[in-house]
Amino acid sequence: MSKSDLAYLSNDLIYASMAICALAFLVFAYELAWSIRLGEERTTLARRQKVIRIAQALTILYFLILFAGVVTRGLSAGRAPWGNMYEFSITGALAFTFAYLVASLKYEVQWLGILITFASLLTLGTAVTLLYVPSAPLVPALKSPWLVIHVSAAIISGGVFLLANCIAAAYLILEQMEKKRAGARPEWAMRLPKLETLDQLSYRLVALVFPLWTFAIIAGAIWAEAAWGRYWGWDPKETWSFITWVGYAAYLHARVTAGWRGKRAAWLCLIAGSTFLFNYIYVNIWGTGKHTYSGL
Amino acid sequence: MSNSQISYDTQPPQLSGIGFARWIWRQLTSMRTALVLLLLLAIASIPGSIFPQRSQNPLQVNEYYGTNPELARWLDRASLFNVFSSPWFSAIYILLFISLIGCVVPRTWEHFKSARALPPMTPKNLERLEEFHQFSTNQNESELLARTSSELKRRRYRLRTLPDSIGAEKGFIRETANLLFHLSLILLLIGVAYGSLGGMRADVIVSEGETFTNVATSYDSLSTGGLFSIDDIPPFTITVKKFTAKYDLVTNAPIDYRLDAQVVDEPGKVPRDVVVKVNKPLTFGETRVYLQANGYSPIVTVRNSAGAIVLRGPIPFLPQDGNLTSIGSIKVPDMQPQLGFVAKFLPTFERTAERGGFSTYPEALKPVLDLAAWSGDLGLDSGIPQSVYRINTEKLEQIGLAALSPGQKWELPNGVGSITFDGFTPWVNLQVVRDPGKAYSLVGAVLILCGLLVSLFGRRHRIWVRVSQKDGDTIVQVAGLTRSPGLDEEIKTLVGLLRGEPLTVRDSNVEE
Repeated sequence: MSKSDLAYLSNDLIYASMAICALAFLVFAYELAWSIRLGEERTTLARRQKVIRIAQALTILYFLILFAGVVTRGLSAGRAPWGNMYEFSITGALAFTFAYLVASLKYEVQWLGILITFASLLTLGTAVTLLYVPSAPLVPALKSPWLVIHVSAAIISGGVFLLANCIAAAYLILEQMEKKRAGARPEWAMRLPKLETLDQLSYRLVALVFPLWTFAIIAGAIWAEAAWGRYWGWDPKETWSFITWVGYAAYLHARVTAGWRGKRAAWLCLIAGSTFLFNYIYVNIWGTGKHTYSGL
Repeated sequence: MSNSQISYDTQPPQLSGIGFARWIWRQLTSMRTALVLLLLLAIASIPGSIFPQRSQNPLQVNEYYGTNPELARWLDRASLFNVFSSPWFSAIYILLFISLIGCVVPRTWEHFKSARALPPMTPKNLERLEEFHQFSTNQNESELLARTSSELKRRRYRLRTLPDSIGAEKGFIRETANLLFHLSLILLLIGVAYGSLGGMRADVIVSEGETFTNVATSYDSLSTGGLFSIDDIPPFTITVKKFTAKYDLVTNAPIDYRLDAQVVDEPGKVPRDVVVKVNKPLTFGETRVYLQANGYSPIVTVRNSAGAIVLRGPIPFLPQDGNLTSIGSIKVPDMQPQLGFVAKFLPTFERTAERGGFSTYPEALKPVLDLAAWSGDLGLDSGIPQSVYRINTEKLEQIGLAALSPGQKWELPNGVGSITFDGFTPWVNLQVVRDPGKAYSLVGAVLILCGLLVSLFGRRHRIWVRVSQKDGDTIVQVAGLTRSPGLDEEIKTLVGLLRGEPLTVRDSNVEE
């Protein structure tokens, strides 16, 4: 198969994965609408779980097809598929979904599926419509083994940070609801984990991935020393990576040392996460530094 | 900070002199202050990513001045174009540095002392602690304690053995790693500071075929730290033999830059051939040489009215876009009146009515030199430094326009002389950088990561076991204290073991 064939195949796979992802989203949404109408009655529980299993299977299928799409994209360009923002986005959606699937093996997080599929659709949709650039070789500064190390660490940490943020957001919404209803939840939200579990889960995800984010920054610095003649130059992307690092460091400190829990911790988590998103979207597209690889 | 263990006295005491100074020091070195300073440092760096910075992009700063002169002057007064070397940024940085030292060093000392002490005495009322378990058994007291101690030793606890009880402690490494993390942050800051004080950064443009000698006077620009001495510049020379750039035919983006050069490390040494690439700089001790940019130098010959050569050679032009549309100036001061050319070099020429001449591909496929000739006073003797790429046309008069292909000659109007476009040669921008602090920063960063991993995933546990006699039976009490998860499991398996119950799956794996 020639390289351009692979590039076309990759595009087809990405579109196919989006279709499956949309299906999974619809099934998750159907199940949610159903439980809002009927409430959590015993008789429907088994049937609803069947629907969730279908949605979960579709999500796994979507993940596998997207994985194939990302791999063929890399093969078509003859390198790791992380050379521009289109490729960051499809790999980001992949990492995001992977984090969810792994988490769902150990924890009861299937209720997050609707959010995950929606966020993935949004990311992939933006990627194919606004960010798409043809598969092409890398500019000289990106030709380094550090590309794989630095970018994969950054993408994985980003995916997990965003997952932790979804959970923190869910915490805040549920907390507000329970407050309004004097401690009770609306019926459709009954099956969601307890508030303390959500709180713990988002903390564990951040604590797990914070060292990886630190490593991504260090690897980037080592690479920058070889490519640009300095390991730290306050380039906008570097500045915002540092801000994200400080944000999550403050979050971990607040939890471990000062004992922050619940609402305050969730807000801090969201603030730190939004600096990551800002870095990804704003600095990549409108920024002026040395990290402008969006290819737009 | 509801269940914080440290209390902060936020009111200044009614003391003068030493008392007040001590209060200031305590405030500065409290952990809360260190955290606030770290957050402040992050917030203070935001304007550095919003406004153009002189250290990164001086041209954009000039543009800002052009479009918004009044605002730019105010921004400049607040150092917003030099955020990372501004007084207020440095102030936060230095305060954070002092605060970290004041916070971490005493804690390290405390930790060092407590690491050599025995685990704490067994508390009187174990039932008040977490994970309290109690059971009675007919086993012998001393035998039970012996089994407890061997089991806890196997799990790497440090023990304090008392007649009727055992105190055990594990996970000192968590605090050790926590301190390592913070001490490494200090090391990183030292590396950054030492690197900028003892370092230097210089740029030089070298055309193909030229030799660059590494002395301060050869640089086009040079910035040095306060502790840098000229003797730190290593005396190497680099001859630029050949520069090759490859571009993608569809996107015009560069694919590869390669510089073949000959290097002499010191005068008298044997020359060696090297290849320099973007990710492969040259290293001379603490100094490294990077391939940072490239462009074209048109080669021209200028003759006067008598036909004698007054200027000849390659003149570096400055690239303006990805297709290497390059601007430059050719200054001929040794003529009366003086002659100057405002010039544009277009490697692959194209012209439209609205854009004028521009290049459509970075390789020289159809090279053209656009010239505007000016006659008069170049203003080189005014004492005001001038850009080599631009001409100040204030005291000049335009005498003609021309577009030349390689080999073409232009006879200037009024018989002033002529200019020949002989050809072109690529130039490379070599960046010479010395950073003596980067090894410290790297070690600091790696230790930060190690400290972080261990302190986040290390667990600190304390367990006490007490035995007593009651009605012929042995009463066993077990309890623990922790700030990290996992203690409940630990104690449950210990209790099961002491009771003589069948082992859990996890433990039996360990045993076998």
